[in-house]
Amino acid sequence: MAHTITSKVFVVADNIDTDQIIPAQYLALVPTIPEEYEKLGSYALAGLPDDQYPIKFVPEGQTKTPYGIIIAGRNFGCGSSREHAPIALGAAGVEAVVAESFARIFFRNSVATGELYPFDAPQRLCDIVKTGDEATLDLDHDTLTVRGKTYQLKPLGDVRPVIDAGGLFNYARKSGMIASGE
Amino acid sequence: MTLTEKILARASGKPWVRPGDNVWVNVDVLMTHDVCGPGTIGVFKREFGKNAKVWDRKKVVIIPDHYIFTADAMSNRNVDILREFANEQGIEYFYDVIDDPKGQWRFDAAKGNGQRQFGNRYSGVCHSSLAQKGHNRPGEVLFGTDSHTCQSGAFNQFATGIGNTDAGFILGTGKLLIKVPETMRFFFEGALPLGVMGKDVILHLIGEIGFDGATYRAMQFEGPGVSTLSMDDRMTITNMAIEAGGKNGIFTCDQKTLDYVNARVAANGTKSAFEPVEPDADQQCIYDKTFDLSQLEPTVACHPDPGQRKLAKELGHITLDRAYIGSCTGGKTSDFLAFAEVVRGKTVKIDTFGVPSTTEVLNELKATQWDGQSVWDILAAAGVRLTENPGCAACLGGPVDTFGRMNTPLKCISATNRNFPGRMGHKESQVFLASPYTVAASALTGKITDPREFLC
Repeated sequence: MAHTITSKVFVVADNIDTDQIIPAQYLALVPTIPEEYEKLGSYALAGLPDDQYPIKFVPEGQTKTPYGIIIAGRNFGCGSSREHAPIALGAAGVEAVVAESFARIFFRNSVATGELYPFDAPQRLCDIVKTGDEATLDLDHDTLTVRGKTYQLKPLGDVRPVIDAGGLFNYARKSGMIASGE
Repeated sequence: MTLTEKILARASGKPWVRPGDNVWVNVDVLMTHDVCGPGTIGVFKREFGKNAKVWDRKKVVIIPDHYIFTADAMSNRNVDILREFANEQGIEYFYDVIDDPKGQWRFDAAKGNGQRQFGNRYSGVCHSSLAQKGHNRPGEVLFGTDSHTCQSGAFNQFATGIGNTDAGFILGTGKLLIKVPETMRFFFEGALPLGVMGKDVILHLIGEIGFDGATYRAMQFEGPGVSTLSMDDRMTITNMAIEAGGKNGIFTCDQKTLDYVNARVAANGTKSAFEPVEPDADQQCIYDKTFDLSQLEPTVACHPDPGQRKLAKELGHITLDRAYIGSCTGGKTSDFLAFAEVVRGKTVKIDTFGVPSTTEVLNELKATQWDGQSVWDILAAAGVRLTENPGCAACLGGPVDTFGRMNTPLKCISATNRNFPGRMGHKESQVFLASPYTVAASALTGKITDPREFLC
């Protein structure tokens, strides 16, 4: 398993709520149905106001984003408990979100689904980094290197192995907490 | 221990718990709806097998309410997925849109979305329905696939929102691993003055601590002021704990709580045994502040988040295009009665939409007579556009044909709970959150208006 993620970053400000991550009109898509999962990815961050975010996160007519890492401000993922939010980002190809802070349910859903690594950054990286910058996230050392500088992130701790395993159920099976399904 | 700690200790079989402890709790009720239910069922089947059975069919409550009265085929299909699962699992507490257990739900767009299109079992918005149908009980643990599940904390229970994966896990096991939150204590004194409602209380508190001020924490409401608040006001307050980032909101239990719960479990034949919790004298809280309810004024949360607190009287310069009353937060009978008190005999100046939270609210508004006229007719006569189809409707935007949805960049004052960009539809629209009184007064003037001008 790769322990580093290198990708272009997409930068957003504070309080990006779940309606901006996946607008409510797309919630009829059921994430466990594979083609609808893909579709959710195409709408990731479709709710961002166009005037503040002129660059499209997912290019028109595509299902994947060129940005594998999101850099965010405070309270990322606030609002609804919709698991569609981390799933839409994961389906679009996001591997990690590095934010100044996360809303509780979004953080938990990211771990439970194993869709992405939610890293807390002590610094306000969204003011330093620009969309399109190339960054490398080192999962073993909990660092982000971008614009020639390396930033120490808050270690993921116990949640890392859950995401590594691909989410709560895979982890629980692997560690013998629950029996295997059919 | 605090209220939340006591419930989580009991639910995990421990003599005590502390904030930060990770504990496996036994779940009393799991609620899901049409937006997250199909995905939750998908997770359950994928992980536990196609023939798996839920851990306890009497503890699963399924309430379609989000995208019901829409021609969107996928949304209609999602209600059918719920029905199929309820049939297969023998789930009794399924508040279906239609009466035929073998039927399919298809919204009739030709009839329009104002006229009744539901059967006898349908209830409406899940959080209001949980209370009315006897699924809220003091001392219990309730999870729901909806962030406003925290509303049930009004009944002295631990209630919080979770995602599909956690909910799928609960369906199979009846348990969930959770972290015990720190508790913030909000101590109420006094009673609400004229023109001020539970909505003003919670908007004031969110403004006080910031809209991520309770992240990962429990908001506990206690003090002598609690007994002056109706259960509806308490529900409005706990409903919006999530808008401060809270894990849960919870009230102490009193006679009003017991009367409400006892009446509801008796009327619906749901489980009647429960054991309330009280806070210990030596409870540890990370925040502790007293609020005099009598000093509060009509309050508004401005676009674009619930923490943008202002007093209604400071916002007279803001002109509006639309007013909206409805949802779990602001669509209860008492909310509509407050609204009607203001608009009665007058005419709204801007497009105004009203969506009852539940079928019970609809029936009560039609049955309540003021001087020989039903409240429903009073609202209609004032120019309010009403739908007979209770549900979440435009509170969260929804499919484009949703009743009251903002499909253009309008400015709306709303009795709902959330005002992030695009929440009620168009990305560039703006939402101002306020009490039903303030929404009504603003509907009459077309500007944000302090309702006390109309209530003296």
